Amino acid sequence: MSTTRKSVAIVIAGSGGTGAITAGSTLLATAARDGHYGLMTKLSGAQVRGGEAAALIEIGPEPIEAQPDRFDALIALDWENIDRFAPEIPLDGDSLVFSDPKAGAVPPVIAATGARIVEMPFTALAHSVEGGRVNMVGFGVAATLAGLDDDAIEAAVRAQIGGKGEKAVAASLAAARVGEEALNALGLSFALPMGEKKTRWMCSGNDAVGLGALRGGIEFVAAYPITPATEITEWLAVEMQEHGGRVVLAEDEIAAINMCCGASFAGVPTMTITSGPGLALKVETLGLAVAAELPMVVVDVMRVGPSTGVPTKSDQGDLDIALRGTPGDAPRVVLAPMSIADCASTTEWAVNVAEALQTPVMLLSDQSIGQTQTIIDIPENRPAKLRRLTEPFAEGVDFRRYALTDSGVSPMPAPGRPGTQWVADGLSHKESGHPSNAAVDHVAQLNKRLRKLELFDWGDGWAETFGPADATTALVAFGSTVGPAKEAARRLTAAGQPTKVVALRLISPLRKGPFAAALAGARRVVVVEQNASGQLYRHLLGEKALPTFAESFARPGPAPFRPAEIVAQLETALAEAAE
Amino acid sequence: MTVHEAPHACPQQALTLKDFKSSVEPIWCSGCGDFGVLQALQRALAELGRPPHEVVVVSGIGCSSRLPAYTTAYGFHGVHGRALPVATGLKLARPDLEVITVGGDGDGYSIGGNHFLHACRRNVNLTYIVMDNRVYGMTKGQPSPTTEADWDSDAAPGGTGVKPFSPLAIALAAGANFVARGFALDVKPLANLIVEAVRHPGFSFLEVLSPCITFRPEEMEWKKSIERNAVQATADRAAATAAILGGGEMATGVFFKGDRGSYAEAPKGHGDAEKIAAKFLVA
Repeated sequence: MSTTRKSVAIVIAGSGGTGAITAGSTLLATAARDGHYGLMTKLSGAQVRGGEAAALIEIGPEPIEAQPDRFDALIALDWENIDRFAPEIPLDGDSLVFSDPKAGAVPPVIAATGARIVEMPFTALAHSVEGGRVNMVGFGVAATLAGLDDDAIEAAVRAQIGGKGEKAVAASLAAARVGEEALNALGLSFALPMGEKKTRWMCSGNDAVGLGALRGGIEFVAAYPITPATEITEWLAVEMQEHGGRVVLAEDEIAAINMCCGASFAGVPTMTITSGPGLALKVETLGLAVAAELPMVVVDVMRVGPSTGVPTKSDQGDLDIALRGTPGDAPRVVLAPMSIADCASTTEWAVNVAEALQTPVMLLSDQSIGQTQTIIDIPENRPAKLRRLTEPFAEGVDFRRYALTDSGVSPMPAPGRPGTQWVADGLSHKESGHPSNAAVDHVAQLNKRLRKLELFDWGDGWAETFGPADATTALVAFGSTVGPAKEAARRLTAAGQPTKVVALRLISPLRKGPFAAALAGARRVVVVEQNASGQLYRHLLGEKALPTFAESFARPGPAPFRPAEIVAQLETALAEAAE
Repeated sequence: MTVHEAPHACPQQALTLKDFKSSVEPIWCSGCGDFGVLQALQRALAELGRPPHEVVVVSGIGCSSRLPAYTTAYGFHGVHGRALPVATGLKLARPDLEVITVGGDGDGYSIGGNHFLHACRRNVNLTYIVMDNRVYGMTKGQPSPTTEADWDSDAAPGGTGVKPFSPLAIALAAGANFVARGFALDVKPLANLIVEAVRHPGFSFLEVLSPCITFRPEEMEWKKSIERNAVQATADRAAATAAILGGGEMATGVFFKGDRGSYAEAPKGHGDAEKIAAKFLVA
């Protein structure tokens, strides 16, 4: 069977050093230049360097937001341990597996899929070209299979490999050409219809979070290396050389968030970047930032936990710690980008909200959003700029840093300003900031911190609703689950079950009124998330934001959600209900 | 980019200790050595001539870490052990400010030990004053990393049996650019040491022996055993280390003044995020 989408899904896989990922990146870059959208997920073995690797690519003339249910082709540059990836590369009888006879027999797990095995002598073809490499032969096969244009191939190879010199470019193009010719001789094609040629973005979610940080005005970043978040830090470290600003590699996760506290106090928008284990270490200081009202963005690119878990795979199990993982009452803001395309603007919004509310903002990304490369339309929506309130209400009177205002927001002048000296403190304090253990002061300040989150004008950026207005089924999702949920909703709608997706960008504080309005009309509500404990479902239940008939479809990573799985779950649950 | 520039206006009149005295009453026990350190710091700040709004005093948790509220400068009283990272972020974000970090031996050497090493190594232009009373005072008398191995307490009956470490030698080994020891009750000489530490570029570490009258009353005898003017400053790290490890642990003065370059300044860029966004474009 084949999906109704106009796309082609191809895997390029090989052992360490064959360059499967480079071939995949070049294929994505070619598709971009030929008017297509695309998505590329990288798989690699546990080895730090080398080892087997696979690029999972889907390209086509319409936007692609989820991993495909199946792949049309597997281009196996060799068979060394590639079968380890088999569960993540669904193949079927309509799939093609390109195999080099020199690489030995096709592994049984691959052969068992029923896919058609096509012999393709990658090594011999590569040797027929001076300086030719097997990965670029594989790239040529893939690009031709998808019917991509020669000019796009050349432009993409130049963009990807040009840095290595003209000789390398010529060798790569020649290798791609012999791959093209070998495929044409077989008469096989999954050629895509023409895409609309226009300027798009090619980036990963981690890159886009970096850009959102710069757009939001982040000037100081402190972080400790952690997979799968480090690329944000590295992207910023490189780009800030040109843009300005500072990235500090801290001695540990706790130092990183404390450095942000210092820079934030000093008047500078700040960000720290981590994943689950690092967030666990930062939690005490997160409480300090809440109590002392220090703006900062804390990015968590979620991976499978607890503990070290699966560092390179996606999961949505950090929602609980993001929402509540602090001793004491520590109201905070939790935002989640709902796609790679949404990363830049949601990060920019996170900076704005942090500065306007003088509070830490958790930005929950995940490995799937962070490390997937994509071709997308240029995101146009940008949040309105917001800045921190720094000027006191009146000169000459005793300055009160934590004045009990109606909005809950009080002036936060930076050091260097005469007459407004104040002390940031994790101790419960009075309006002046001076420590106090009196109940009246603690409660007044806690209420102030609750109030500023409640009364803030959140606008309509809290969520997006996709699908027909008359939908009778609603899927609720956040983060990387939104993409497959949207695709599942499209299929259900096309099949006569009008389904919409309510994708939450602002998870806390929850906009209960607008959320109820977004669910209106749905006779079925299913909360879909990638963790076993149903953390979003329980959060919404606790907020009394779900109808009594709402269902939870929660299952853990590391396997990515595919649209077909969500469709099947809805159909199964329906059948069970009917029995 | 945000431009933050403290005005650096010379005060109309010379600053005095009073300009740095806040109205907040210290919680310290009567007779605590930390009063001497507070007074010495206020004196030093007055002499340095930076008005209170251009100074930030940063601390962690513990008796001595309550100090920021007792000056009129900007202040940051953070979580336990993390004063140095806060101060590092602050100074790197705002090099125009004078950043003084204060705290105790438990805060700085135990829970904050890793930050101490890396602050010395990073060599940001900061001053770190540790009030060492060889005990956790706020939690009522537990042994710290500088407590004698045989000091008896409820938490470690008969003593911990663990040898105390030498913070000064560790600071030197880790790369601090200025290392000195003072005594809390010698207020004037201590103020001079603070001035010297602040004026010296890079990371300056000043350990102050500060008696705890409540849990270590025997430390009041320190005023008799302190060796004043027994130290010769050197730029030779090995010689300074030998002097610290070989000399008396009551010797006060400047051991080391180095010339390591400070942590690099932040890159000054064009500040235009859209120029960076253009790198995502593909057609």
